[in-house]
Amino acid sequence: MKRHLISAADLSRGDALLILDTAAELASLADRPIKKLPTLRGRTVVNLFFEDSTRTRISFEAAAKRLSADVINFSAKGSSVAKGESLKDTALTLEAMGADAVVIRHSASGAAHRLAGWVRGSVVNAGDGTHEHPTQALLDAFTIRRRLRATAGRGSGLDGIRVTIVGDVLHSRVARSNVLLLSILGAEVTLAAPPTLLPLAVDTWPCAVSYDLDTELPKSDVVMMLRVQQERMTAAYFPSVREYSRRYGLDAARMARLPDHAIVMHPGPMNRGVEIAAEVADSARSMIVEQVANGVTTRMAVLYLLLGGTEFPAVAS
Amino acid sequence: MGAYGRPVAGRDGLAVLDADEIRRALTRIAHEILERTHGGDELVLLGIPTRGVPLARRLAARIGEFEGLEVPCGSLDVTMHRDDLRLRPARALGRTDLPRSGVDGKTVVLVDDVLYSGRTVRAALDALTDLGRPRAVQLAVLVDRGHRELPIRADYVGKNLPTSQREVVHVLLAEVDARDTVMISDEGGPS
Repeated sequence: MKRHLISAADLSRGDALLILDTAAELASLADRPIKKLPTLRGRTVVNLFFEDSTRTRISFEAAAKRLSADVINFSAKGSSVAKGESLKDTALTLEAMGADAVVIRHSASGAAHRLAGWVRGSVVNAGDGTHEHPTQALLDAFTIRRRLRATAGRGSGLDGIRVTIVGDVLHSRVARSNVLLLSILGAEVTLAAPPTLLPLAVDTWPCAVSYDLDTELPKSDVVMMLRVQQERMTAAYFPSVREYSRRYGLDAARMARLPDHAIVMHPGPMNRGVEIAAEVADSARSMIVEQVANGVTTRMAVLYLLLGGTEFPAVAS
Repeated sequence: MGAYGRPVAGRDGLAVLDADEIRRALTRIAHEILERTHGGDELVLLGIPTRGVPLARRLAARIGEFEGLEVPCGSLDVTMHRDDLRLRPARALGRTDLPRSGVDGKTVVLVDDVLYSGRTVRAALDALTDLGRPRAVQLAVLVDRGHRELPIRADYVGKNLPTSQREVVHVLLAEVDARDTVMISDEGGPS
């Protein structure tokens, strides 16, 4: 494993499988009377959130606390950032406080990468702009493996599983991280989106592209719906929400075209009625609640593997 | 490794227990456990990964043969409780798998292959505390090689093996290594 987790592409197949296998062992912790391990006692994890988040921040906080690390939560609102402090000065402050790991969410793509050059601890990217969100991809891969490869043992990948990622790929860091990670793990990924919501260089991504969701559904083992990120949209990407929903939204009729074993995922927060219908989100095939639970275990695995062993040697820079 | 999979003295190290001796040692330990726990009453065997787990299963099978009772048997991973985590890169976790009956009020026998510094057993005691409150905890090991660094002793020992700290003891078991043997060598393992 590398010292930081900035991009899903930082992970080799072996690294990714080690994280999933570690998460699988940690999952049993949820059924125990004492849901805490002493492993990261005395280590400090800083949650540095410049952008709003509920589940990711809570998930990282729960993960760090279950490993007995000390957690400092930092949100931009009400901090010196509101007074105009730069990312670098904030980073140096955290450095002076002795953070062993910094979990960062920022609206600028590349923020996590910049931060990694300024602090000694490990940096975990919890979402940077429209770039990447690697722990979301890891928890998605973990959820898929748990559901569709339940009998496979340690070290098994997602080989041959067909995943269709639907919707606003252009603004989605989740999509990019998932395409990278799922393909490293052997899954066959297809993006289904209107041409206006696909990034320019999508032909260089390790996946297939389709404009027609309905032809993809019958051959999908996993459908991953993306949120339409209206807050990041600076132009008109589709004529109306209603038209988008009709062509790319997952409703009960579309869900019926899926194979019987197929599962439906969504990274949250959902726009019910836009990309996913309420009856689909609440159906038995929906993994949305399970994804949240798996998020804690997967992030525990990441924090353990980054912080649980010897300190990484200082990088000369 | 020499021909026919037999260890060769000098190159692979010296074999100190062969398959029959391991079998006899486990049979004796199984009888001792039955004696000390009054016929295996409320007994749970927990193996410490990797090689403690097959040893625990073998003991459970033996006890089952002798007394016709099914002994709950599981595994207890101690990685997250070790005191030397920061001395090495983070390592993969083993499996913790408790029998459905749990450990509360039971006599838990921890099973491991080699007892050395005692630090693994200390970690196991900590891990067990988080899982429940056994009535008593005992320790069974195939080999006790001495050099304890903590006040810990085994209740059941397959073989006491005086060693120097420079030497390395290898326990090979059929379930993991395709054959049963215990070897002792000067540093480094059998290739």
